[in-house]
Amino acid sequence: MEYIAQQMMNALSFGAEYALLALGLAIVFSIMGLVNFAHGEIIAVGGYTMVAMTSLALSNPLIVIGVAVIAATFASVTLERVAFRPVRYADPTTGLLTAFGVSIVLQNLFLLLVSPRPIAVTSLYFLEWPIDLGSIRISSLQLFETITTIAVIIAMTLFLRRTVLGLAMRAAALDFEMVRLTGIRANRVFAAAFMISGLLAGIACVFIMARRGSVDPHLGFDPVLKAFVACVVGGFGSLPGAVLGGFLLGAIEVAMLVMLPQSLGGMTDAFVFGIVAMLLIWRPEGILTPRREKGDKQ
Amino acid sequence: MLHIENLKVFHGPIEAVRGISFSVKEGQCVSLLGPNGAGKTSTISAITGVAKSTGTITLKNDDLTKLPVESRICKGIALSPEGRRVFANLSVEENLRLGGAHQKEGLADCIAEWFDTFPILGERRDQAAGTLSGGEQQMLAIARALMAEPHILLLDEPSLGLAPKIVTQIFKMIGALKDKGMTILLVEQNATQALRLSDYAYLLNNGRIVAEGTAETLGSNDTLMAELTGLT
Repeated sequence: MEYIAQQMMNALSFGAEYALLALGLAIVFSIMGLVNFAHGEIIAVGGYTMVAMTSLALSNPLIVIGVAVIAATFASVTLERVAFRPVRYADPTTGLLTAFGVSIVLQNLFLLLVSPRPIAVTSLYFLEWPIDLGSIRISSLQLFETITTIAVIIAMTLFLRRTVLGLAMRAAALDFEMVRLTGIRANRVFAAAFMISGLLAGIACVFIMARRGSVDPHLGFDPVLKAFVACVVGGFGSLPGAVLGGFLLGAIEVAMLVMLPQSLGGMTDAFVFGIVAMLLIWRPEGILTPRREKGDKQ
Repeated sequence: MLHIENLKVFHGPIEAVRGISFSVKEGQCVSLLGPNGAGKTSTISAITGVAKSTGTITLKNDDLTKLPVESRICKGIALSPEGRRVFANLSVEENLRLGGAHQKEGLADCIAEWFDTFPILGERRDQAAGTLSGGEQQMLAIARALMAEPHILLLDEPSLGLAPKIVTQIFKMIGALKDKGMTILLVEQNATQALRLSDYAYLLNNGRIVAEGTAETLGSNDTLMAELTGLT
């Protein structure tokens, strides 16, 4: 029983990380149809910011986390302005190639300007404390991760339902031109989407760094690949789908880790993606497919 | 109020509107009539800035020609588009809130006012707009446009795809708006209904204005009306 509770907690915290990243990918995709493969590099920006802070002898974890999250958000907004705005109304393929290009350029910048080797960040020690909840023992990281993600999801829901900008973002997923025709500036909507996406990547970065303990130029690749899969499973472009997909993927992953015999340990991802493939045979467009029809009833 | 000079609209290599000029005076209801493909919607798209065009568009002596879509809307143009295009995934109330997005104060009052005008929208305020009937969606699209408190309202084919009884209702509503002093540019295929409301009308064909005049002159021109209504 305790073992099951322990593993469920693991699944939740894995899922929380994927959900944060998937939500960041989905919010940009839903509005501009862009799969932002440079999302991983935003995470790396956060990681390297932590390194920079430590070398500046600033090791207060709250400041390190705060600055890293702000740096990731800023990086995301800058990428929108510099790289994605010029191709905003271009063919989706152009956007996809731009995202790949940005990703490669940033990775190589990290390689050249920083180091190809992993650099350790030790200031997140408070995320390694063990916490006893009755008879199960979890790490403070798992607890923070789950609570933060739930808080983020609630905040996002409120933002998307209560504020005009949030409403505009939901409407833009359906008919961007009509949003502009209500007088809401397209630039504001795009910048907000990238800002939220970067903020989510920054928060996820904190947890990824706490788990890995070090940053290298490919820090974001694996998590974003998983987040991409989570988006596809949940229904690409659907925000609730991204969250659902993230938690589902976390659960599948932990289930595989637990159930597979030791000798197949290295194959976990293969099994996880196998299950995902089967899910997609069952629902080729993902579980919660966003409705794409325009205003008029069909 | 609205003045269009030598407007040309291109869709790729095709010239959809070939240099038309017309104007709408304050408080007037002006119709653009004509068959499918005459260039009516292209003209509207050029006025809102969605379609690329040449020529000049001025609203209240402000030159809009170089402004992006959003700025033109903020200058006082509002559109109820062809096909209604309500935000189907948003509730009725949320649609209206977006319509009044750049209105700072009195948003809630303004929405409440619309719910009084159209009780059916009030009843369905929390319902997704995509679940409304065609006529209700048309009312919502017009209400959404008016939430911005525009100087001029562009109505693109408000009767399209609606049952005759609903069409009458919609035109009644447009008439009421006109009586309140709203300046309206109406694009319609339903010439008989449109002329009944209009002060002045332009007949478009093949991207050119082929006839114009007051509603009475055009309405009493039998050959023209037969062509317009398709009854020969």
